Amino acid sequence: MPSLEVLLAGAILVSLTIYALTGGADFGGGVWELFAWGPRAQQQKGLIIKAIGPIWEANHVWLILVIVLLFTCFPPAFSTIATVLHIPLNLMLFGIVLRGSAFAFRSHYQGKDIAQPLWGPIFAVASVITPFMLGVILGAIASGNLHGKENSFAVVFVYSWLAPFPVAVGIFALVLFAYLAAVYLTLETDSPRLREDFRNRALGAAVGVGLMALAVFLLSGSGAPSIERDLTTSWWTLPLLLATAVMAAGAIFTLSTGRFHLARLCAMGQATLILWGWALAQFPYLVEPTLTIYNAAAPLVTLRVVLFALVAGAVVLLPSYYFLFRVFKDSSVIGTKPPQQD
Amino acid sequence: MDDLLAARLQMAMSLAFHIIFAVVGIAMPLLMVIAEWRWLRSRREIYLELARQWSKGTAIFFAVGAVSGTVLSFELGLLWPQFMEWAGPIIGMPFSLEGFAFFTEAIFLGIYLYGWNRVSSRTHLASGALVAVSGAASGIFVVIANAWMNVPTGFRLVDGRPVDIDPIAAMQSPAALPQALHMILAAYAATGFAVAGIHAFLLLRDPLNLFHRKALVLALTVGGAAAVLQPFSGDLLTKLVARTQPVKLAAFEGQFKSERGAPLRVGGWPDEGARMTPYAIEIPSGLSFLAFSDSTATVKGLNDYPRDQWPPVAVVHIAFQLMVAAGVAMMAVALWGAWLGWRRKSLISSRMFLRVLVAASPLGFIATEAGWIVTEVGRQPWIIYGVMRTAEAVTPMKGMAAPLIAFTLLYLFLAVIVMRLLIHQLASSPRIVSLEAA
Repeated sequence: MPSLEVLLAGAILVSLTIYALTGGADFGGGVWELFAWGPRAQQQKGLIIKAIGPIWEANHVWLILVIVLLFTCFPPAFSTIATVLHIPLNLMLFGIVLRGSAFAFRSHYQGKDIAQPLWGPIFAVASVITPFMLGVILGAIASGNLHGKENSFAVVFVYSWLAPFPVAVGIFALVLFAYLAAVYLTLETDSPRLREDFRNRALGAAVGVGLMALAVFLLSGSGAPSIERDLTTSWWTLPLLLATAVMAAGAIFTLSTGRFHLARLCAMGQATLILWGWALAQFPYLVEPTLTIYNAAAPLVTLRVVLFALVAGAVVLLPSYYFLFRVFKDSSVIGTKPPQQD
Repeated sequence: MDDLLAARLQMAMSLAFHIIFAVVGIAMPLLMVIAEWRWLRSRREIYLELARQWSKGTAIFFAVGAVSGTVLSFELGLLWPQFMEWAGPIIGMPFSLEGFAFFTEAIFLGIYLYGWNRVSSRTHLASGALVAVSGAASGIFVVIANAWMNVPTGFRLVDGRPVDIDPIAAMQSPAALPQALHMILAAYAATGFAVAGIHAFLLLRDPLNLFHRKALVLALTVGGAAAVLQPFSGDLLTKLVARTQPVKLAAFEGQFKSERGAPLRVGGWPDEGARMTPYAIEIPSGLSFLAFSDSTATVKGLNDYPRDQWPPVAVVHIAFQLMVAAGVAMMAVALWGAWLGWRRKSLISSRMFLRVLVAASPLGFIATEAGWIVTEVGRQPWIIYGVMRTAEAVTPMKGMAAPLIAFTLLYLFLAVIVMRLLIHQLASSPRIVSLEAA
C-alpha cells in the first residue's frame, strides 16, 4: 500500500491529467477559434462552441480540485508557488476569467448586444494565454529556480519563470492542448469536410507537439537539470520514451487513415504519458529542489480525512461526470457506436 | 500604496464582486426550479417561459461566479500565503467539500442549460434541483471555512504552531451554523427581492403582462420568506459574536466603555480618537438584552482592549447599521406583501406596493455587502481571530497596487457587461396577456 502522501500526490496528478485532457482541450478549442480560416471558418467556430458549451464549466473544476488538494495536503508547496509565481498566476487568472466570461456572454445572448463581436476574439485570445501561462508555471516549478527571499526582486519574482525553459513548456502546453482539441473535434461533426479540416489541424499540431517536446527536452539540460537527469537515467526512461513514441506515431497513423476513435485514444495516451513522465522525473519533489511530498505534507490526520472525502466524492461525481458527457456527446462521439462512414 | 493595504483591498474587492454572483448563483436555481416544477404540474406555458428566461440569467451569473471564485481560490495563496501554509491542513476540508459541491453544480447546470431537449422532463427538473442544492452546499462550505477564521477550533496552539489538528472539529466552529444560516437566507432574500423588484418595475410599465405577475409573486414568496426569517438568524449570530468576539461586538455598536445595561445605538458615528459614539439614538439596555438576553448584563467596551486589537470601529459600526436597516426594511416589505396577499388576495393590485418593491430591490445586496464588511473588517486586525494577524499572513510580493488595479478594472468591465446583458434580456421579456395563453 503506497503511503498517504503518495496517494494524495497521485490524486493531484490524476486531477491535473483529467484537467489537461478535458479542460485543456476546451482551451485548445479556443486556440482553433483564433486560427479558424478557409471557406468553413464559421462552421469551424460553430462546431467548437457546440462541442464545449455544456461541458467546459465542469471540466474547469478539475483545476480547482488540484489547487484545493495542493493547499490542503501540501500547504508549504502551495504557499511557495503562490508567492514566487505571483505574476504568471495572475496572468493565468486573467485568462481564466476572460475566457469563461466571454464564452458565457456569447453563448447565452447571441446577437443581441453591440458588444457581441468582441466575445469571440476575447474568448480565443484568452484561450491562448491561459494554457501558455499554465505551462510556464509548471515549467518554473520543475526548473528548481524558485529561490528564497534573499535574492533581488527580479530574480525571485521574474526570472524564476521568465526564462527559456518555462517559456518553452508554456508553448508546449499550448500546442499539446490545441492538438488534443483538434483530434477530439474530428469526432464531433457529421460533416466530412469539417472533419477533414480538423484532421489536418491535428496532424499539423502533432508535428508541433513533437518539436516542442524536443525543444523542452534540449532546454531542460540547463533549465531543469534534475528533471533532465531523471528523465534520461532512470529505469523507466526507455519504456516511457518508447510508449510515448508509440502513442505519438499511432495517433499520426490513425489520423491519416481516418480511424478517429483510435486516434483520440492515442492522443490522450500521449498527453497522459508526457504529464506522467514529468511527474515521475520530479518525484518526490513538489517544488524542486526543496519541497517534497514528504516534507511538505500536512499532518496524517488531514491526509486521511481528505482521502476519505476524495473517495466518497468520486463515487458520486464520476458517474455524474460520465452522465454529462453521455447526454451531450452522441454515441458516435463517446465511442460506443462507430461513426457514420464518410 | 502600502502593500498590505493593497492586498486587503484586493481581497475585499474580489469578495465583494464574487459574492453578488455567488448569491445569485445560489438562489436563482431555486426560483427557476420552482417555476419549472409549476410548469410540469400545471402545464401552463407561462411557467416554462419563466424557467427558461431565469435560467439564461443564471447561466451568466454562474459563469462569472465560477471564474471569479477560481480567482479567489488562488488569491488565498497569492495574497495570504503564510495564512494558507498555516491553516491549509486545518480548513482545507471544507474547501475540498466545496470543490465537490461546485463540481456537482457545474455538471448539472450544464445538463439543465443545454439539455432541455436531450433529457426527460423529470431528469431535467432533478438536474435543476441538484444545482439548487449543491449551490447552497457550496456556499455553506465556504462560510464554514470563514467561520473558522472568526472562531477557530480543531487544534491546539503550541509555540505559535497548530498541533493536535482535527479537521472535522475545525468544521464545527460554533460560528459555522449561525454564519451559514445567515448567509444562505441572505442569498435567497437578496436575490428574491432583486428579481421581484425588477419584475415590479416592468409591471408598472406593462400592468397586464402576466409573465411579470407570475415572476413577481414567485420571487417575492421566496425572498420574502427568507427576509422574515433573517432577523432570527442575525440574532443567533449576534449572541455568538458577543460570546466569542467581544471586541467585534463592541465595534458593531461603537461601545467604547464597558457598561452594565449597555444601550442599543441607532445611527451614530464612532470617533476612535475621542473614544465615543456621538449622534446616536440610544435605546436603554437594548444591547445588553440583545447580546445576552439580559438587560442588566455587562457589555465589554473597546477600552478594555489594547488599541492594536481594535478593528476599524467606524467602518464596522456603520456597515452594521446599514445591514440591520436594510434587513428590517426588507422584513417590513415582506410582511406588507404577505398582508396584501392574504387580505386582498393580490400582491400586485397596489401600485404603491410595486413602487416600494422597486425601491427595495437593491436592499438585499446592500445588506449582503455590508454584512461581509461587518464580518471581515470586524475580524481585523486578525486573519485568524486571536491567533494570526493579517499583517503576518501577507505575501512578501512588492507592488501589490498593480494586481489590485488590474483586477478592479477587469471586474468593473465585467460588471458593466453583465448589467447591459440583463437590461437587454429584460427589454425583450415575453408579453403574455391572455389567460388562455398562460
